[in-house]
Amino acid sequence: MDQFLQHLLNGLVLGGSYALLGIGLTLIFGIMNVVNFTHGELYSFGAYMVFGIVAALHGNFFVALFLAMALGVILGAGIERSLLRPLRGASIDTTMLVMIGAWIAMQNAEQLLWTGVAKAIRHPFPEAPLVIGPVSVSWIRIFVLAVALLLIAGSHFLIRRTRLGTAMRATFQDRETAALMGVNIDAIHTITFAFGSGLAAAAGALLGPVFVVFPTMGDLAALKAFAIVILGGMGNFMGATLGGLILGVVEEMGAGYISSGYRDAMGFLIIIAVLLFRPTGLFVRAERVG
Amino acid sequence: MSRWPALAWVMFLASIPLWVRNQYYLHVLINTGIFAIAAMSLNLLLGYTGQLSLGHVAFFGVGAYTSALISLGFDLQLAPSYILVFEPRPVWVGFLSGIAVAGMFGWVIGKLSFRVRGAYFVIVTVSFAEVVKLVALNWVDLTEGPMALNNIPPVTLALPGLGELTFWKKEPNYYLVLVVCLLSYAVIRRLVRSRAGRAFVALRENEPLAESVGVDVTRFLVLAAVISAAIAGAAGGLYAHYIKIVDPDIFLFIYTVVMVIMVVTGGKGTLLGPVVGAVIFGILPEVLREVARPEVQWIIYGFIMVLIVFFLPDGIVPAAASWWKARTATAGPSGDAREGA
Repeated sequence: MDQFLQHLLNGLVLGGSYALLGIGLTLIFGIMNVVNFTHGELYSFGAYMVFGIVAALHGNFFVALFLAMALGVILGAGIERSLLRPLRGASIDTTMLVMIGAWIAMQNAEQLLWTGVAKAIRHPFPEAPLVIGPVSVSWIRIFVLAVALLLIAGSHFLIRRTRLGTAMRATFQDRETAALMGVNIDAIHTITFAFGSGLAAAAGALLGPVFVVFPTMGDLAALKAFAIVILGGMGNFMGATLGGLILGVVEEMGAGYISSGYRDAMGFLIIIAVLLFRPTGLFVRAERVG
Repeated sequence: MSRWPALAWVMFLASIPLWVRNQYYLHVLINTGIFAIAAMSLNLLLGYTGQLSLGHVAFFGVGAYTSALISLGFDLQLAPSYILVFEPRPVWVGFLSGIAVAGMFGWVIGKLSFRVRGAYFVIVTVSFAEVVKLVALNWVDLTEGPMALNNIPPVTLALPGLGELTFWKKEPNYYLVLVVCLLSYAVIRRLVRSRAGRAFVALRENEPLAESVGVDVTRFLVLAAVISAAIAGAAGGLYAHYIKIVDPDIFLFIYTVVMVIMVVTGGKGTLLGPVVGAVIFGILPEVLREVARPEVQWIIYGFIMVLIVFFLPDGIVPAAASWWKARTATAGPSGDAREGA
């Protein structure tokens, strides 16, 4: 039982950041109908920015975290404006190929810049873990979970309670009608992609200090984000949040009780099972954003 | 292609080892040929049925592992007191089994993943390839995991009158790959020009319409997946017995991406497109090797992919064909001269 609680807690820490990845991808997927293969690169971009600012520029860890997210937003906006806007209305396969090309170029640019050697990010939290009864958890993990939950709540507020969020949801439901009502579709696309990219960078910036940073770290992250999107249903915000937390917990449980070698297989087995039995996702009545 | 130019091309390809004596160049050509086979098989799904399968490297790897294991032999503890001992079999048995097992995987994956389309299909195929990779990495009893399968025997053929022939050298391997390449080309050509091929294209262009006129969509998609997987398995088998070592890195996602780049650059849904793409991206790395590091090369490939989609969305072969048509038909109206350019 003690072990179970420990796995559950570790899973939630992981799952919080997975949820950020999933939310970003599901919004891009839902609103823009783009399978975003650069999502994992934004994730590793966030981690590398934190590493670069802390290690090379001796910057403050928390400032680095914030800057990494901001730079992720800017990079995302740049990708959308340069690659995706000219292809609006093209088939999903066409944009997918372009995103694969961009992904390869970005990943190898990282490899060129930082080499393939894995790097650790120094963080200001004490090494000694916090012990609560039978479970122990390091301070950095608590911090990561707290920030992730804060960002999830903030995103929820943005999408549910603001005019911008309303415009995003309207675009998802019916692009033409939304445009007729005065929604600037171009702007919504850029903002959606930039916002999703910022969340992916945040996930990388948060998990980077917990694990290590290396150029291909984004590949598995992207595939896991896809798993979360499928689990929660395309364009479903709550689905992605719950899906991320579930995936984190399932991975930890799978690694703890079955075999640590198959930890990363859990997400893919979930994808295959969900698509076989409930292809619209676990939490959907109908496809929607919000 | 009409008969005589095709024959001339085959003669040209067959003559290459007679005047290319550089072993390294032959090695590059053999690798190119293996990738051409894999790209042709991917084109059957991506180009003709219009399904972007991003797990294609799984079939390649399954073919390689099966062929290697059967020709090496293995023992497997099935129960505490029972060990299955599999004696090594001749390489050609392994090679054919590799094709068959890859085809079976194609059948299972086709059955499962053709329930969904578009982005979902892409993600299912990616997931499948990742699971296979993790199995290869973790089922150490069978696959040796990261220690890799070593000392895989080369292809051996018993020819009447010539005795036993073992393919140690580059030249026989070149001819072997060439023959499998031509066979794959012939099979795919035959298939896409048959009733099944017309069904593939029909459901690529308009699936509901194809279904409404009586095309059994799932059956034809699964058929395409099986044949495509089997040919990819053949390429994997060739690879295993030529390189003589197979490890889980054979399942790297990047190899699928390479195949996709080859097909898209050459021209998806054309017979020659994947071959042209494979030649370009098989030889380009060797040309660029002197001037650019691998990372820089990959950045270039990424850009090429983006540029192709933007400016040459049909690929090189259709563009070249329409250019040629426009050039030879200068007497006709010049209206379609720019078509596809």
